[in-house]
Amino acid sequence: MNENLRALLYLLAAVAFIVGLKRLSSPRTARAGNIIGALGMLLAVVVTLIGTGVSWWVVAAGIAAGAAVGTAAALRVKMTAMPQMVALFNGFGGLASALVAGAEYLRSDPAALPIETITSMVLSVVIGAVTFTGSVIAFAKLQEILGGAPLTYRGQRPVNLAVAATIIGLGAWAVATSLALPFWVAGAVALGLGVLIVLPIGGADMPVVITLLNSLSGLAAAATGFVISNSALIIAGALVGASGVILTNLMCRAMNRSLGHVLFGAFGGTVAVAAGAAGSARATSADDVAIALAYSSQVMVVPGYGLAVAQAQHALRALTADLERRGVRVVYGIHPVAGRMPGHMNVLLAEVDVPYDQLLDLEQSNAVMDRTDVVLVVGANDVVNPAARDDRTSPIYGMPIIEVDRARSTVVIKRSLASGFAGIDNPLFYKDGTAMLFADAKKALTDLLGAMALV
Amino acid sequence: MLEPVVIGVITFVLASFVGFEVISKVPPTLHTPLMSGSNAISGITIVGALIATGGGADTLATVLAFIAVATATVNVVGGFLVTDRMLGMFRKPRRPAGEEGGER
Repeated sequence: MNENLRALLYLLAAVAFIVGLKRLSSPRTARAGNIIGALGMLLAVVVTLIGTGVSWWVVAAGIAAGAAVGTAAALRVKMTAMPQMVALFNGFGGLASALVAGAEYLRSDPAALPIETITSMVLSVVIGAVTFTGSVIAFAKLQEILGGAPLTYRGQRPVNLAVAATIIGLGAWAVATSLALPFWVAGAVALGLGVLIVLPIGGADMPVVITLLNSLSGLAAAATGFVISNSALIIAGALVGASGVILTNLMCRAMNRSLGHVLFGAFGGTVAVAAGAAGSARATSADDVAIALAYSSQVMVVPGYGLAVAQAQHALRALTADLERRGVRVVYGIHPVAGRMPGHMNVLLAEVDVPYDQLLDLEQSNAVMDRTDVVLVVGANDVVNPAARDDRTSPIYGMPIIEVDRARSTVVIKRSLASGFAGIDNPLFYKDGTAMLFADAKKALTDLLGAMALV
Repeated sequence: MLEPVVIGVITFVLASFVGFEVISKVPPTLHTPLMSGSNAISGITIVGALIATGGGADTLATVLAFIAVATATVNVVGGFLVTDRMLGMFRKPRRPAGEEGGER
């Protein structure tokens, strides 16, 4: 194939990726967009296979193995397990990029390579290796193979910085001297760095880790694009890198923390519990809540990950369907960190047939709060904590919250008054407009549905 | 004539800006499919993996290329499939509230 034609077809593939991502701007067009992206990938693969002297046996075996594993994983994974799935896929992408650079390095005479090519190879191997092991650790934590608690030790930050500096030194050495040893050692140390960075990070911060690894897998692909001078890899890698950066920023802002603090701060478990409950909480019953819900004109459900832990999505949907049949408008107020990755809660609710126009984001939720009669908080705690807005001394002060205390009334479904993930007391529970329905999420929602039948 | 690396840098910078523009318009509702979908796109490294299978009898390089093809394929096939599965769950709003049931 003519090399100019080949380059233009790669460009066409990259355009398909951009068009595909653009169509993700609405749930209506998103599915077609994903297919356009997939066709772009198919085009890139076909263009590569024609006339580049690939080894057909190796290609056939690799694609067969990868397609079998990928298909099985994609069709079987539960929606609650999506974060670890995406983490693992990120890791595979990073590994592939590192291996490509490694294979190209082996096939070439390092002394004859231009300086920018060796630099790209080093970057590709190092970023790919960090992405790979970091993703595997993130997967193991989310899958609960490893404990979710932050694993910290003294001097962790200087150790990580020293390891990173070692990699930069080895990389510079490999580039300057064309020696093979520092090249491979840099890759090996980068494998270790991925472990060291992710291991200390606690479960609550995993959304940030996954978005960051997503970004890195893109950058690794872009670096590989420089190694083989391929614009499709460079463009696609840049797109994914940008996507990861945007989502990482968004998650950090939603948690009111800086990226540095997430990577080096090891949150969770160490925050002192704010003492002294401000008054007493009012307990309510399923019957009373059912009456309040049935006579509302607008109800907002604020779900947290506790909903998914209790596997109560179906019970919730049965309840809201009953309310809708009575003419009650139901919306869902979804905080960016409601799930275990960006947009996770939306997928869990879409899975139980909640129409997407009822899924409101943080700003939309707060905008309709004044018109909401009852807010039902299920399995969420810190994301509705008014202390984040009102109490300058609170550790979560400044975190954007869903301001459920501005609704006419609030019902919090919760097993007890125990504090949330961050170990911070929630003044919402003691407000006049708040009633507590003490029960497991699934049982409470089932009881509510039963009580609705009598209203 | 420009060096290929310079053309690459220009491409990378411009594509990054396109990425920021396009992706900042994706609503939070679709952020999980965005991640799995962009993840599949980062599997474009499969192009490099395919090329790396050819061009020489270095056994270690061939082994690395094989693993690269396999892992990149997992990334591509799994990523696009799981994204499609998720996006299929996002259903259209029903017109009259609660009139007709969902069709599944």
